[in-house]
Amino acid sequence: MISQFFVLSQRGDNIVFRDYRGEVQKGSAEIFFRKVKFWKEDGEGDAPPVFNVDGVNYFHVKVAGLLFAATTRANVSPSFVLELLQRIARVIKDYLGVLNEDSLRKNFVLVYELLDEVIDFGYVQTTSTEVLKSYVFNEPLVVDASRMPPLGPAAIFRQGTKRMPGTAITKSVVANEPGGRKREEIFVDVIEKISVTFSSSGYILTSEIDGTIQMKSYLTGNPEIRVALNEDLSIGQGGRSIHDYSSSFGAGTVTLDDCNFHESVRLDSFDIDRTLTMIPPDGEFSVMNYRITQEFKPPFRINTLVEEAGLLKAEVIIKVRAEFPSSVSANTILVQMPLPAYTIRASFELEPGTVGNTTDFKEANKRLEWGLKKIIGGSEHTLRAKLTFSQESHGNILKEAGPVSMTFTISMYNASKLQVKYLQIVKKTKTDNPYRWVRYITQANSYVARL
Amino acid sequence: MAPPAQSNRSPSPSQPSGKSEVSDLKLQLRQLAGSRAPGVDDSKRELFKKVISYMTIGIDVSSLFGEMVMCSVTPDIVLKKMCYLYVGNYAKVNPDLALLTINFLQRDCKDEDPMIRGLALRSLCSLRVANLVEYLVGQLGSGLKDSNSYVRTVAVMGVLKLYHISALTCVDADFPAVLKHLLLNDPDTQVVANCLSALQEIWSSEATTSEEALRDRETLLSKPVVYYLLNRIKEFSEWAQCLVLELVAKYVPSDSNEIFDIMNLLEDRLHHANGAVVLATTKLFLHLTLSMTDVHQQVYERIKAPLLTLVSSGSPEQSYAVLSHLHLLVMRAPYIFASDYKHFYCQYNEPSYVKKLKLEMLTAVANESNTYEIVTELCEYAANVDIPIARESIRAVGKIALEQYDVNAIVDRLLQFLEMEKDYVTSEALVLVKDLLRKYPQWSHDCIAVVGNISSKNIQEPKAKAALIWMLGEYSQDMQDAPYILESLIENWDDEHSAEVRLHLLTAVMKCFFKRPPETQKTLGAALAAGVADFHQDVHDRALFYYRLLQYNVTVAERVVNPPKQAVSVFADTQSSEVKDRIFDEFNTLSVVYQKPSYMFTDKEHRGPFEFSDELGNLSIGTESTDTGVPGHRVEANDKDLLLSTSEEEETRVPSNNGAYNAPSYDSSLVSIVASQPQSDLLSTNTVVPSSASQSSFAIDNLLGLGVSVTPALAPAPSPPPLNLNPKAALDPSTFQQKWRQLPISLSQEYSMSPSGVGALTTPQALLLHMQSHSVHCIASGGQSPNFKFFFFAQKAEEPSIFLVECVISTANSKAQIKIKADDQSVSQEFSSLFQSALSKFGLP
Repeated sequence: MISQFFVLSQRGDNIVFRDYRGEVQKGSAEIFFRKVKFWKEDGEGDAPPVFNVDGVNYFHVKVAGLLFAATTRANVSPSFVLELLQRIARVIKDYLGVLNEDSLRKNFVLVYELLDEVIDFGYVQTTSTEVLKSYVFNEPLVVDASRMPPLGPAAIFRQGTKRMPGTAITKSVVANEPGGRKREEIFVDVIEKISVTFSSSGYILTSEIDGTIQMKSYLTGNPEIRVALNEDLSIGQGGRSIHDYSSSFGAGTVTLDDCNFHESVRLDSFDIDRTLTMIPPDGEFSVMNYRITQEFKPPFRINTLVEEAGLLKAEVIIKVRAEFPSSVSANTILVQMPLPAYTIRASFELEPGTVGNTTDFKEANKRLEWGLKKIIGGSEHTLRAKLTFSQESHGNILKEAGPVSMTFTISMYNASKLQVKYLQIVKKTKTDNPYRWVRYITQANSYVARL
Repeated sequence: MAPPAQSNRSPSPSQPSGKSEVSDLKLQLRQLAGSRAPGVDDSKRELFKKVISYMTIGIDVSSLFGEMVMCSVTPDIVLKKMCYLYVGNYAKVNPDLALLTINFLQRDCKDEDPMIRGLALRSLCSLRVANLVEYLVGQLGSGLKDSNSYVRTVAVMGVLKLYHISALTCVDADFPAVLKHLLLNDPDTQVVANCLSALQEIWSSEATTSEEALRDRETLLSKPVVYYLLNRIKEFSEWAQCLVLELVAKYVPSDSNEIFDIMNLLEDRLHHANGAVVLATTKLFLHLTLSMTDVHQQVYERIKAPLLTLVSSGSPEQSYAVLSHLHLLVMRAPYIFASDYKHFYCQYNEPSYVKKLKLEMLTAVANESNTYEIVTELCEYAANVDIPIARESIRAVGKIALEQYDVNAIVDRLLQFLEMEKDYVTSEALVLVKDLLRKYPQWSHDCIAVVGNISSKNIQEPKAKAALIWMLGEYSQDMQDAPYILESLIENWDDEHSAEVRLHLLTAVMKCFFKRPPETQKTLGAALAAGVADFHQDVHDRALFYYRLLQYNVTVAERVVNPPKQAVSVFADTQSSEVKDRIFDEFNTLSVVYQKPSYMFTDKEHRGPFEFSDELGNLSIGTESTDTGVPGHRVEANDKDLLLSTSEEEETRVPSNNGAYNAPSYDSSLVSIVASQPQSDLLSTNTVVPSSASQSSFAIDNLLGLGVSVTPALAPAPSPPPLNLNPKAALDPSTFQQKWRQLPISLSQEYSMSPSGVGALTTPQALLLHMQSHSVHCIASGGQSPNFKFFFFAQKAEEPSIFLVECVISTANSKAQIKIKADDQSVSQEFSSLFQSALSKFGLP
């Protein structure tokens, strides 16, 4: 049960504000925003998603640079409210096609309409995009997607959080294409966030894949869909049991540590042939989330060399090698490395003939940043940085610098080898065969090489 | 809805004050009100949008009320909705104008379109105006009977809204009874869910005054209702499922078969993508199995993977909510998560609120086998650019060292921290080294060598400085320069801003003086003079106290300030086990995130139907300690299910045999793993905690610099003859009560139970027999899982001296809290060890 719901812009303006129960004072949005802002300024890091001020509990999630917040005085389930906020954001996105401050401001009446049906007197009524369709009458004013920063996972990734990216589809579930005809299509994205930590000697200390199969359906008549995964897919505590060596044998076997499924997914034949059956609801949703700690081949190897060159100088050499097939390429790569606090200057040297690279020394947080637009599989890239210090380092550079971290997106590649073998629309509509899009995206979550 | 602008609020430059805009809008709305021109609805929409947008940013547009209502006579549903929104927001401050809307809302309530009916009814109930309730009753009555489920869901919520406006009207109209009927009969699950929400709220609030409502609320927890809801659970929306699960968590099943039935039914809810459903299920499972130790462990194993998946699949905010719960579980049963430690490694881009939780979890799961890896990882974080996290990491390393795993290697690393030349690292490390030395004096040699090299001038933080000074005083015989460092610190007395540091300085100089008098005498004089002249009361008092003590008798002074010390075995825990249990009772609520029980952050009225423990866990152990007046009677009167030596009730609660957890489909595969592996883990963790609270308490006194404590100066009593108890001791309850009231508590300790002992507690009767075989007799017992409470007594064999014991056992964390009162307090320590050794043998074959 929540008392109020509101969405604030980055500057703290109310974009929508709905009071469901009148139990919390009116100025709550301001109190909330001030608290969130000062949390950071007080050097305590980000404000936690839940906090209590004078008996009022404030919840928030950050989506697309906006703060989706709720308040209550009751001792509710934090998970419930945070899931709800995230879901509301997604429902709104389903309707608007694009979720950002601009689209929200343009469509706030529609959003109020949604909010009225999603929650009544603080209790959730429905969050199903489909059910809501029959209660919502405003037409979305679609924001021109071309004016927005480049979409896709990379755009979301740049915000520095570990958000699961949305698909690149920016179409509202209710708006029609120009020309009035609805295009029959369905999108399935296999998105994997990978986390790898390399030790200073290059060994993999930890590795994990957090994957999700995301679906967005624009099929009329809600036909049944069948999704088949790798037949040799197994679920269980990957390789943890000493009696089970199978997971390390046999190329191509995929072992999930654990997974969960969307409500609409039926698992009748999952145990037999690894197919998922569902009648997909409208809008975007995760068919399945999974987690893998089984070893996999990391897409990049990072080698870093730090050499002292005199009392007040040092040289850093970072080598990045792409260990995936040359048919795929990684995009929007950013390599970062914290430098010793007493670094005052850094000059960079790239290999001759490189294009699309940016190098930067961030004075404020003493950080080296190396951006690459694109890396083709199998290639290797090197950066040399000459550092100048304001004081002697006493041979402690390695303790004061690093680790090197990396962010990237690789499309049509997935580290786990989990595959959608086929995507079947069981009852075909009379029209032509609908478009079916299956895409794979791998991106770095926490990709770190220690010095 | 946006708040109406407050008069005292100055509009920010980006927002128009709105005065002229509002009057402008008023004019335009008036023009449109009567118009029937084509396209007028579009213009109205635009105007309405403007009004709502002003409302959102906080401009008061309530003056437009009349015009808005006039314009809303329209078939256009979008316009209607905007108007409802507006009206709902301002009706409360304009009750008279709200009356204007009643007519059209009532008419809409009878519209052909169920959607309009629902919308109108919802708006009607949202007006929150007391003098309009008469219009509500009739509409709600027909709304609840509406053939359309949408209207019914709205009507049910409407009843709750009415209750909040006028409880009396709502109850008089007999709406709760109608809701109860719908709860059990309506085909639409959202109607059912809303009935459940509404009834819980209404009856919980009524229950404070009405016996009947209390009984009504109980019926929600009756078997038929619970089963009815459970059987339909998959038809409910994911949110409503949470509601049902929350309700079932309060239900008390009659036997273990029922428990297994429920768990088997809900097993797949653990693999739901919605974290709220998974956590609600987890709570239910954990609470259902509290009294079945083996199955409870299985549940932990079971929920581990789904929770870890949720942590890594959602947004950071969702992860945090789940991680907080995982944190609680890890703290309760670290051994179960010991092999999963890598999941708790921090990722560099995680928000610090997540990292902090993870660091605590890493600390908790450290054991012999993983300490090396964990500490290595933590040391990486110590060099982190994120300074608060670096500090936390160093503290974590220290905590692990204090848990005595692999201390050797850890001490080395801590000493490396000291050499890292980052001031915050040095500071944190100093504090830790101090704590370590208190526990492991044998390391003093290695540590002192390194600490001696640290210049006190580089240490700024008071805590670290105090730690350094403490070490200087404590180990002045081993540190060549100690008197001189202290001397220079005393010389700069006036520059030292922290009273804590000055207090430590006084004590350290005193200690140093007793060890190296010739070198320190002068400094001591200076220190005492500075101290006596200090403006800070405590510093002044301590200096004066030392001065007089020295004047009185130097030998006595030495005994007070510098007594022989015992190593600290267990540092006092910041949170009592009662508080922790309370938080566990409130699983899947904010209590877990805040790490506080709800009474510490919520007012009574808002704990309402969500509070779990109020009705069920009446055995509130913590609050009783102050007034343990008449235990025997209290126990009897307050807790219905406390048993004074009855056995019938036990049978219902005890699983029929030892293999009960094997019940048909509840995962037989896991049983084998659980049975073989974690048992050994369990034993190992439990042997760790020695119980010498009394020793630790006076050692702490000293370390805090409170040299004034006189206790340690008392010589330990000569060892008395072994204590023998009278196996046939007898005591009647009234004498027990009387004595319990009269005697002070001579010993109060916490003691860890062995897992087998906890397991055997499923039959509390067994404990009574067991203790009797050790000549300790029970006079009263009671409680239900996880908390049991016993009162025992025993008598010396040779004389009529009696011991009284209150023993509270929590099976949830395997702890027994013991309070001992004795006629002859000099032997209560002996009796305590006797009692504990008897207790530790319980459950062993």
